[in-house]
Amino acid sequence: MTAVLVIVALVVLALAVVLVLRSRRRRVRVAPEMVRAPMPEVLVTEVAPRPEIDDSVGMDRRLASARSIFDRVRSISAVGSLSDEQLDVVEEVLLRSDVGLATTTALLEELRAHGAPEGVAAAIRASLLASLSADRSVRTSADEGRVPVWLFVGVNGVGKTTTIGKLAWHETQAGRSVVLAAGDTFRAAAADQLQLWAERTNSDIVRAAEGADPGSVIHDALGRAQARGADLVLADTAGRRANNTNLLDELAKIRRVADREPGQVVETFMVLDATTGQNALSQAREFLAAAEVTGIVLTKLDGTARGGIVVAIERELGIPVKFVGIGERAKDLLAFEPESFVDSLLSA
Amino acid sequence: MFDSLSGRLERLGTSLRSRGRLSEADLAEALAEVRTALLEADVELSVVRAFLDAVGERVRGENVAQSLTPGQHVIKAVHDQLVEVLGGSALKVTYAPKPPTVVLLAGLQGAGKTTTAAKLAKWFKAQGRQPYLVGTDLQRPAAVEQLRVLGAQIGVDVFSDATDPVAVARAGVAEAQRLGRDVVIIDTAGRLAIDEALMAEVRQISAATDPHYTFLVIDAVTGQDAVHTAKAFHDSLELSGIIVTKLDYDARGGAVLSARGVVGRPVVFASTGEKLDDFDLFHPDRMASRILGMGDILSLIEQAERTMDAGAMADSAQRMMSGAFTLDDFMAQLNQIRKMGSLGGLMRLMPGMTKDMRDAAKNVDDGELNKIEAIIQSMTPRERREPQIIDGSRRARIARGSGSNVTAVNQLLKQFDQMKKMMRQMSGGGMPQLPGGMGKMAQMAARGAAARGGELPAGFEALASGLKSGASAATPSGGPKGKKKKGGRVTPPKQR
Repeated sequence: MTAVLVIVALVVLALAVVLVLRSRRRRVRVAPEMVRAPMPEVLVTEVAPRPEIDDSVGMDRRLASARSIFDRVRSISAVGSLSDEQLDVVEEVLLRSDVGLATTTALLEELRAHGAPEGVAAAIRASLLASLSADRSVRTSADEGRVPVWLFVGVNGVGKTTTIGKLAWHETQAGRSVVLAAGDTFRAAAADQLQLWAERTNSDIVRAAEGADPGSVIHDALGRAQARGADLVLADTAGRRANNTNLLDELAKIRRVADREPGQVVETFMVLDATTGQNALSQAREFLAAAEVTGIVLTKLDGTARGGIVVAIERELGIPVKFVGIGERAKDLLAFEPESFVDSLLSA
Repeated sequence: MFDSLSGRLERLGTSLRSRGRLSEADLAEALAEVRTALLEADVELSVVRAFLDAVGERVRGENVAQSLTPGQHVIKAVHDQLVEVLGGSALKVTYAPKPPTVVLLAGLQGAGKTTTAAKLAKWFKAQGRQPYLVGTDLQRPAAVEQLRVLGAQIGVDVFSDATDPVAVARAGVAEAQRLGRDVVIIDTAGRLAIDEALMAEVRQISAATDPHYTFLVIDAVTGQDAVHTAKAFHDSLELSGIIVTKLDYDARGGAVLSARGVVGRPVVFASTGEKLDDFDLFHPDRMASRILGMGDILSLIEQAERTMDAGAMADSAQRMMSGAFTLDDFMAQLNQIRKMGSLGGLMRLMPGMTKDMRDAAKNVDDGELNKIEAIIQSMTPRERREPQIIDGSRRARIARGSGSNVTAVNQLLKQFDQMKKMMRQMSGGGMPQLPGGMGKMAQMAARGAAARGGELPAGFEALASGLKSGASAATPSGGPKGKKKKGGRVTPPKQR
């Protein structure tokens, strides 16, 4: 009994500290999250012509150059049994690709359990591919009489707005008419950025002043889409960190608005920067809970980062990657292919 | 998790301690724990190896101090090494004798350069300087607009032009000179480290403006790639320091360690939130503490935020600070705690808890909490408000009503009284800032656990001694004394 009391007392005390700190913070900061300066007059600036990027940069180049470790794994692989050295190499390759310690350990366990009758490289490749076996189809149609919505969520700076622009380009190329909803009313000039994409793709855009309610922007976009008979609404949201309850609640509310008649959310994409490490797993977990994420768009895969954390995300949460971004141009957004991804992962 | 590294080592410490001194095998085991924690925190593999080597050397090179158990010794070595790696050769921002001082910001796309530029400008402004912002990111649509909007919010002028980035940078510095501004901050386009054309561009900007400081802006949640990024930028720009952003995303921030380890330049500023005020000089000791144990408190707060009712929380906090804490409040909080999860789980998150305490918490079942609740519910409303009126006969009645005994009622009242005392102390003594405050509390709790008397608040001591008697059954391992000091030694001390 005493022990219990002491523990309860300690926890209550800890709680007390938390409470006091929270209330202090609340007092010091006046209406956090909501303070926004009035929007000054801004004009859309001219965008300088962007330098063309060498086409070969990206997956292909990496794939070509990168057999090295893969070969290293293979060269030390006597068919059949697994040596510690082999497992170490595999571990290093996976860790360096941001697959994460837990998933790496699990994959190594699988290797140990199943052995490597066709060589370590083939075995780990098969194991990774088996981890990436979820359904990657993308829904573009909603129920009869409703407007399909793709909602985009993610933390700051992962490339949500750019991704929407690229997908708008793809969809309009495919002959679908698109309405863009500039639901990021927080970041300065985010709507301007989306507007440029709307102009490039000849799409409709609904936007409001900075600080406006994102839900109402999306609601208006749904109305516009219905009135014009558009095929798809792409809804942007402000980047937000995944460990703040208020921001996640706001996101859940935005999703509810987007899913209300006449709209229907058919895909919720979490946009994820390939350079992200283990935090991506918490991001996915929180956004899944708040906004029912149905797929991941893995951006910036043309850099040196491998984005291996998506293996952990798919294994643990069952959220598949559906698109990858490998460059700045509109066409640098591709459907995700597990084989080339895994090969690139192992080419570290 | 990174956060519980000290906890893990502590648990490891239990087995190490009995042997008195650290053998090579013990050390290897301890270092394996450190490795796991660092990798889970995204520290890059080669940086991890270098770090482990350094810690190993430290541990072997120093005599185990009399006052430390071997486990504590390892924790201390990790802490010291962290502080050294994070904070060695700190950079002090000085100003050019012939203004303006030119600051160049570079980094990957999405790291937060533009926002950082504005935050940095605001920081310089607060130092009494007159900053000037130059936007050379003509790549990202509306990047310059973003900078202008932010500039307007903080009252700093922004220069840009739709010509080419190098010309804009050069003209921006000239313009700042003409206007008599003493700090120029140049924002550059985000780029991928392997993109030669864009790297060449930022090199040209650097050559054209000859910056006094070149900062790499890096995202705290970056994974293994952080070293590639840092190295690529350092090779082409000769960085003077690092600015880490989004440190509020994750308690771990291993990227900081990776980048620092590879580049060998200090982390100068840290950005800890979306708002333009959430930016300050980087404190290596705080980060080291955070890596060793503070992250848990952050998750505790998050958990509290997620599950608890905000209005009730504010009321409750108000009453606690004013000292008007009643048994009703205690019960309300008990219920809140239950909503947050198991007591054992919560204890795990609290800093400064020893293994004994955690083990004791693990054995708590909800039935015992029910008993406590029953006792309080058997009191009259007045008794709950003014527990001092509870005399012998009332005690007997409460014991009967709750199906317990008078001893249990006494214990509850005594604990409650001590808790109240501590709350008064906490609110009276000027609550320190969040990390320091929590660290201090952990320290108090841990020191209390060691029952060392002296300057410690009465309550903690009593709590701890109460625990010792209560928990001793759950922990067969030897006398709690040596180990419990650990929290006091190692948990981040005096950060102001």
